[in-house]
Amino acid sequence: MNSTPENKIVGRGNRDGAALFRDWYNDLSQTAETDGRAAYVFVMGSLNEILKSFDMPVVFPEINSLQTAVRRVAHDYLDEAEDHGYSPDICGYVKADYAVQKRGGEHPMGKIPKPSIAVLTNACNTYIKWAEIWERMYDIPIFTMDIPGTRQGGKPSLEGSVDFENDRRYVEAQIRELITLCEKVTGKKFDIDKLREVLKNTNSLHSSWEKVITLNQNTPAVFNALTDGTIFLGVANGLKGTPEGAKYFKELVEEMEYKVKNGIGTLTEEQYRLVFVGVPCYPIFRRFNELFTDWGGTFINSTYLWFASGGANRGFQYDLEDPIKSLSIGLLMSVRDAMDSMFHQEIMVESMVKDFKIDGIIYHPIKSCRTVSTGLADSRYHLSKKIDVPSLFIESDMMDRRVVTEAQMKNRIDAYFEGLASRRQRMGAH
Amino acid sequence: MAYAAGVDVGSTQTKAVIIDENRKIVGRALTDTGANVIQAAQNCFAIALKDSGLPEEEVEYVIGTGYGRYKVTFGNAQITEISCHGRGAVHMFPKTKTVVDMGGQDTKAISVGPDGDIIDFCMNDKCAAGTGRFLGAASMALDIPLDDLGPTALKYNRPVKISTTCTVFAESEVLSWLGKGKKIEDILWGVHQSIASRSAGLMRRVGVEDEVTFTGGVTKNVAMVKALEERLGKQLNVSDDSHYMGALGASLFALDHIISSRTPQLEKENA
Repeated sequence: MNSTPENKIVGRGNRDGAALFRDWYNDLSQTAETDGRAAYVFVMGSLNEILKSFDMPVVFPEINSLQTAVRRVAHDYLDEAEDHGYSPDICGYVKADYAVQKRGGEHPMGKIPKPSIAVLTNACNTYIKWAEIWERMYDIPIFTMDIPGTRQGGKPSLEGSVDFENDRRYVEAQIRELITLCEKVTGKKFDIDKLREVLKNTNSLHSSWEKVITLNQNTPAVFNALTDGTIFLGVANGLKGTPEGAKYFKELVEEMEYKVKNGIGTLTEEQYRLVFVGVPCYPIFRRFNELFTDWGGTFINSTYLWFASGGANRGFQYDLEDPIKSLSIGLLMSVRDAMDSMFHQEIMVESMVKDFKIDGIIYHPIKSCRTVSTGLADSRYHLSKKIDVPSLFIESDMMDRRVVTEAQMKNRIDAYFEGLASRRQRMGAH
Repeated sequence: MAYAAGVDVGSTQTKAVIIDENRKIVGRALTDTGANVIQAAQNCFAIALKDSGLPEEEVEYVIGTGYGRYKVTFGNAQITEISCHGRGAVHMFPKTKTVVDMGGQDTKAISVGPDGDIIDFCMNDKCAAGTGRFLGAASMALDIPLDDLGPTALKYNRPVKISTTCTVFAESEVLSWLGKGKKIEDILWGVHQSIASRSAGLMRRVGVEDEVTFTGGVTKNVAMVKALEERLGKQLNVSDDSHYMGALGASLFALDHIISSRTPQLEKENA
């Protein structure tokens, strides 16, 4: 490849993202090899900033599990958990992680260190049961951060209201409890200046992440929200609060701006702009995407980019003068946003349709995650009464290849695009 | 006169239809698909040609549909059977708004526009419950030929309730009812009701709007038609050619292609 400016910048996000991701796992492997421990966290409200201010390595078991599926070995891990009595209906992420733990951290990306603490939020009910497994397995403290929801249907507790302030103080009190617990686990004194440094990096990442997503409002789209987006998400979660993470996203903005300026799209011929709702089909990750791109369909945005980044899409900026109070506001808003984009998709998707010139909505409920899938059919129905955008509902799984049938999937996707094409023809005729 | 064809390679059976420029069916064929899908498509098309009395070169354009659509090697293009059933149903019953297609391994509920365009659709998911295969399991368990299932079921007096949704487990449930001394016709009607219930559920997801057209191989089963009509509280459109609806839709799309590719030439001639 010749090193023209275009070759250097276009695709850099994917190349550097993959390299950073590998480095992150290499560091974790090194920690594991030296019997070091890590904080186990989750994508929706990782509290990375507090943990990183104590220099704790972080492990995202959800990312470990999905990596087993992307690397096509998930079935080995799932089978092992099922041999221990786990039902096929239980969350595939939990089962793959259980097998990783039983194998002493053996994972296709390296070796996963054991936990010293698990920090979670109530954004997913399975998180709580999952952490209890580690509590029994390793006798470690688990800290559950209870984030009050937006209360969309009733009386929303919006920023500036008395209810919001009450919710915020409740979250702040929990953050202070977590700090005390981290001091106990690490034997280190909390350093507020270190937290400021971490938050500064997060501010940079947040603002870049928001920009990257917004840049896809352009036509043609400059990145694929499903495939490229998942690489970006890996960095956004694993390297949040670090200088490397901040730098990566700053450069990613440059790349996307370059592509916008030069009209370089993710597809040579973009025909249909799509929104993806749900969690990706990791067992056939690339192929799943091709079933859409073969028709000129590109994923422009997704609820996944919102909720799996813990609400980082909001671009929230922490006030470094008052970091803990600001962290409580940011955490409250971002986790609530993540929960809303998972449970009230119709609100998020409606805004995406308007802002991103969307032609179609793809709902992907998954068998082994009832949390994210339960309300999808209702949400779709609700949205269809408000806006006239054709949608497709295809069910498979994020982990379990036994419930992923490509032939059936292709048939539905082909029929969906045939419908989109005839709709376009019909609308063009009027 | 131009001729167009559609070949619908389904999981169980392959259907071929040839139509003329007036959209009249001039040849049709129905064969078992079997293991050699390419051969099945070729054989079926050959029989349809024979039925029409046309030489192969008279058929200008062929569209493959069904799961084996990419195995119609002599075809010019492929379209999913979802689009084809919608198109075929509206052609045969122009007031159709909802289509239910019950085949060997899947059941589809399709909401269609006035031209047969797909508005929405829903299918059974990775499980053959509520499909023709469920009837196949009952036929095996009770040792009754498929064609006799419907007429036998309609003799029911005190129907049993089949509770399982799994096609494999249905067989053992049928046997357990036999063991309890239940009559074959009562068990069979229960099987039909169970399938109708699953199919109606799929249809409600896309919305059941009049008129409803029933397509696919199971339309031959009189008890299935009755069970679905009772479940939906509506009369269904069914014809002798309902089994061929996918192939018919494919042939109509093929004819569209012939006509649209010919238009510029005609315009030039008229100019």
